[in-house]
Amino acid sequence: MADAVLIVALALAVVMATAVVLTRDPARQAIVLSAYGVTLGILFLVLQAPDVALSQIAVGTVVVPLVVILAIHAIRRQHGERR
Amino acid sequence: MSHRARFAVFVIGVAGLAVLYVLAAFRLPDFGGRFHPYGERAVTSAIAERTKNVVSSVNFDQRAFDTVGEELILFASALGAVVLLRTVRREREEEAGEHGYGPADVFDALRLTGYALLPVTLLIGVYIVAHGHLSPGGGFQGGVVLGTALHLLYLTGDYPALDRLRPVPAFEAGEALAAGVFVILGLAGAGLVIPMNAMVGLEVGCAIVLVLTKFFEQALLVRTDEAGKGEGT
Amino acid sequence: MSHLPYLAAGWILLAGIFGMVTSRNLVHVVVCLSVTQSATYVLLLTIGYRKGGTAPVFSDIKPTGKVVDPVVQAMALTDIVVNATVTALLLALAVQVAKRRGTIDPDQLRPLE
Repeated sequence: MADAVLIVALALAVVMATAVVLTRDPARQAIVLSAYGVTLGILFLVLQAPDVALSQIAVGTVVVPLVVILAIHAIRRQHGERR
Repeated sequence: MSHRARFAVFVIGVAGLAVLYVLAAFRLPDFGGRFHPYGERAVTSAIAERTKNVVSSVNFDQRAFDTVGEELILFASALGAVVLLRTVRREREEEAGEHGYGPADVFDALRLTGYALLPVTLLIGVYIVAHGHLSPGGGFQGGVVLGTALHLLYLTGDYPALDRLRPVPAFEAGEALAAGVFVILGLAGAGLVIPMNAMVGLEVGCAIVLVLTKFFEQALLVRTDEAGKGEGT
Repeated sequence: MSHLPYLAAGWILLAGIFGMVTSRNLVHVVVCLSVTQSATYVLLLTIGYRKGGTAPVFSDIKPTGKVVDPVVQAMALTDIVVNATVTALLLALAVQVAKRRGTIDPDQLRPLE
């Protein structure tokens, strides 16, 4: 049973990592990255690492996607002004 | 180099890496095995020091000196991001109120939830930092929670309130102070899990607030020319 | 099964590198780099896992209990938070590139123009 949960968690993380890479539009990618952060958090919980899961969920689902979105917004403004 | 040539080089490189990686992976100890020599020593030593969360003990006691190094990477990259995103000569920073970043039109329920969650989230952050030696948590995780908690105010649509609540110089001072004290504690030696946790929490929290502040300014307020329209969130 | 989890980490690593090499957007490159780095967390934690072990926190279990390896967890933990600020630094660089060059497509950026 524990093995099955572990395999599912691993498979989810692998699939989501691939999905993040294959999403070419950065704005969508930020959202997929956030979902990937959640799957990694679940995987770390299953691997009995609550400390790491806590840090991954805080950083991977909130901070990094937020910074990515803000960076995209800042870059778009630059492009908007040049036109 | 053309796209195709570059991709060919990549395929060769990645094939080699994949083969070597698979060979190496099969020489690793079995997954879930019993052979964890470092882990067992770390557990024994953490129990001897009465730190119940062994991960915190490893980070802030047994490997405290290494953590100083990681902490300085964090400090340096946060500093670098802040410097890169400063407002330069041609640009000017607009007041948040100038174009629709005042209290925006959001649902009252959302705004109320944001205001209600802010103190709770701050409390959770402090709790995670303060109990890092007993339960899962510690300065790194708690610091992230503290740093992001303030930005709930942005979700409530109230950017000016967020601006008032984060005096940037205070966070800069906090960050520098925490980094300095942490280095001293790291050099001072072992057994200082609780103060080190607190310092890391302070530093990570300040670093995240500063970096997010700079990104928010770049995304919302900084202008190269006079154009000013509130496209916003 | 006994080595499968390590290969999962390898797949994430290679997927991230693939994304970086084929990318046409610097923000996309940075995100792929953070995916690549997440492979190291998966590898570290799978190496430290121990069948039937619990989390290495002794608040409510006996000090003799069987636990997973805390050393690799400590490494992954600090790495995740440090990685967030490094990602922010790289994105700040991307914003600067956009400001100075007007593009974030690596193919259109010629060195030292």
